[in-house]
Amino acid sequence: MEKIINLPDRSGHFGIYGGKYVPETLMPLLSELEGAYKEAKRDPEFKRELSYYLKNYVGRPSPLYFAKRLTDYLGGAKIYLKREDLNHTGAHKINNTIGQALLSRRMGKRRVIAETGAGQHGVATATACALLGLECVVYMGEEDIKRQAMNVFRMKTLGAEVIPVRQGSCTLKDAINEAIRDWVTNVRTTYYLIGSVVGPHPYPMMIRDFQSIIGIETKRQILKIEGRLPDYIIACVGGGSNSMGIFYPFRNDNVKFIGVEAGGLGLETGKHSATLSAGEVGILHGAMSYLLQTEDGQITPTHSIAPGLDYPGVGPEHSYYKDKNLAIYTTVTDDEALEAFYLLSRIEGLIPALESAHAVSYAIKLAPKLSRDEIIVVNLSGRGDKDLDIVFKKRDESH
Amino acid sequence: MSHIRAVFKTLKRKGRRALIPFITAGDPDLETTKQLIFSIEKSGGDILELGVPFSDPLADGPTIQASSQRALKNGVNLEKILALVEEIRPKVKMPIVLMSYYNPLFRFGLERLADYSREIGVDGFIIPDLPVEEGDNWLRIAKSRGIDTIFLVAPTTSSSRAYKIARKSTGFIYYVSLTGVTGARERLPEGLIESLTRLRKITKKPIAVGFGISSPEHIKMLTPYADGLIVGSAIVRLIERAKDLEDACTKVSRFVSSLADAL
Repeated sequence: MEKIINLPDRSGHFGIYGGKYVPETLMPLLSELEGAYKEAKRDPEFKRELSYYLKNYVGRPSPLYFAKRLTDYLGGAKIYLKREDLNHTGAHKINNTIGQALLSRRMGKRRVIAETGAGQHGVATATACALLGLECVVYMGEEDIKRQAMNVFRMKTLGAEVIPVRQGSCTLKDAINEAIRDWVTNVRTTYYLIGSVVGPHPYPMMIRDFQSIIGIETKRQILKIEGRLPDYIIACVGGGSNSMGIFYPFRNDNVKFIGVEAGGLGLETGKHSATLSAGEVGILHGAMSYLLQTEDGQITPTHSIAPGLDYPGVGPEHSYYKDKNLAIYTTVTDDEALEAFYLLSRIEGLIPALESAHAVSYAIKLAPKLSRDEIIVVNLSGRGDKDLDIVFKKRDESH
Repeated sequence: MSHIRAVFKTLKRKGRRALIPFITAGDPDLETTKQLIFSIEKSGGDILELGVPFSDPLADGPTIQASSQRALKNGVNLEKILALVEEIRPKVKMPIVLMSYYNPLFRFGLERLADYSREIGVDGFIIPDLPVEEGDNWLRIAKSRGIDTIFLVAPTTSSSRAYKIARKSTGFIYYVSLTGVTGARERLPEGLIESLTRLRKITKKPIAVGFGISSPEHIKMLTPYADGLIVGSAIVRLIERAKDLEDACTKVSRFVSSLADAL
């Protein structure tokens, strides 16, 4: 597998992907943000504060756990789980929100806005804002608000204001549109805290960097336990932040990356969120990337049982990885993810997030085909408590 | 000289400003759009800005968002809009500028679009999510076919950046009057006249101002400082509230005339 040098380039592109496709009003702010981030990255005080919170507040490093019973059950490669589910707020999202909230405070912007689909990024943003004493406004589609009442309450408990979005399809992409409209209007006072490796430059780079802590730790841990690097790393891809976070530090190593997208009810049904597997190149939310869209370039509605994967776009760096064959992108259906959800719960006592269950499902398919001395690392990006409601209802339907 | 520049030049000689009304193509259907274009020209529109609906119009406020949704619901797409322009072009003198987010254009194929535009007489494009940094590819394609690309300058744009944008912009420069999204507003934003004066010193190209301009009073206040005045949401709102096609044409004609009289 061909590996890569440092991207994005100076203008924020990963090959043809990425860039800054935003209204002019935001362009000066993106340059300001880029400058502030570069400066913060070089500042030992910023680094010290970030690692302080990651250690003492988030609970890092998260363990790399050898799933012995799952490995024995499958009878093939050794499976390790990177336990992002053990982070405060239950997923990898917090790695990014603390980083960006610190940056926001540093830039003197006391008002933070964010979008959220299922509410996970909203909760992680509300948490980071409460921690740092910042005002927090979260845009959430009206449909999602109905489906995720507990997360709405969680955000409100943390002191955030949740604004229902009634435009378009009333889901995540519309919440992003509305957050961008707020940002355009309040650009001088407001920091837009994006939740995945999407959006205009420098967001995909910055969020990748904040999430790279996952891969950096994994590398150190696997070398300590096994004395060598893994053969495969498997992670789910919605926007793609947990996958990019674990892949990136291994980009120059001989490790195969597998990104698992949401196959929903099956690619042939059109009801899925498999942007890289079934999309076409286009421009949305500030970047060029693969998109789920019509012939006319209108964005299409998506579906996944995993709310965090339910998005018609994907991070531009993943689009680059796909074209350059730096990672393999595949899909897992709702039903397969659900099977993995139950299997991991019963065999390891770990209830995975439905997003992470997609990655687990692919590992279940792959491991038996490999020899016992091969190693797979699966990024267990979040815990499944948040999804019990969805799974419970699904069980009702099938009975 | 492009059709757009020629119009600005002619108007300037007469000491007049260009009135640039905006409507969304296909809102609520293409027949209405066709009749509205005739009404707008008759009532004093100088350049037409025709919106291509997009599912995710992130620079637009509620009025234009809703109009895009209405148009998309009726199956309008870029192909049909271009066919409409082709049909009306012989009967309409105003330059026609398409306003579109980048993705529908990109999907259509930039070269194909530029070829087609030249053939049927689309005079220019306004692409709100295509800043100059990303625009070189399109600009090269459009320029070689004699099609204008109107870039935007915003209140947050620095002078040095505005200079760069002004140099790349063809046809005219679109000054965004406020930090925010499109939509009719009661008052003009503070500092607008100062900003226009500053921009005037940077470029000799025509400057048209838009966002929030919604009444003859606004037009009166701005005519000394801009070469063109863009009115969108205030017109789209009339179409939204109209009972039928005839009612829409009557209301829009009356309103556009009142704007033209204020010039």
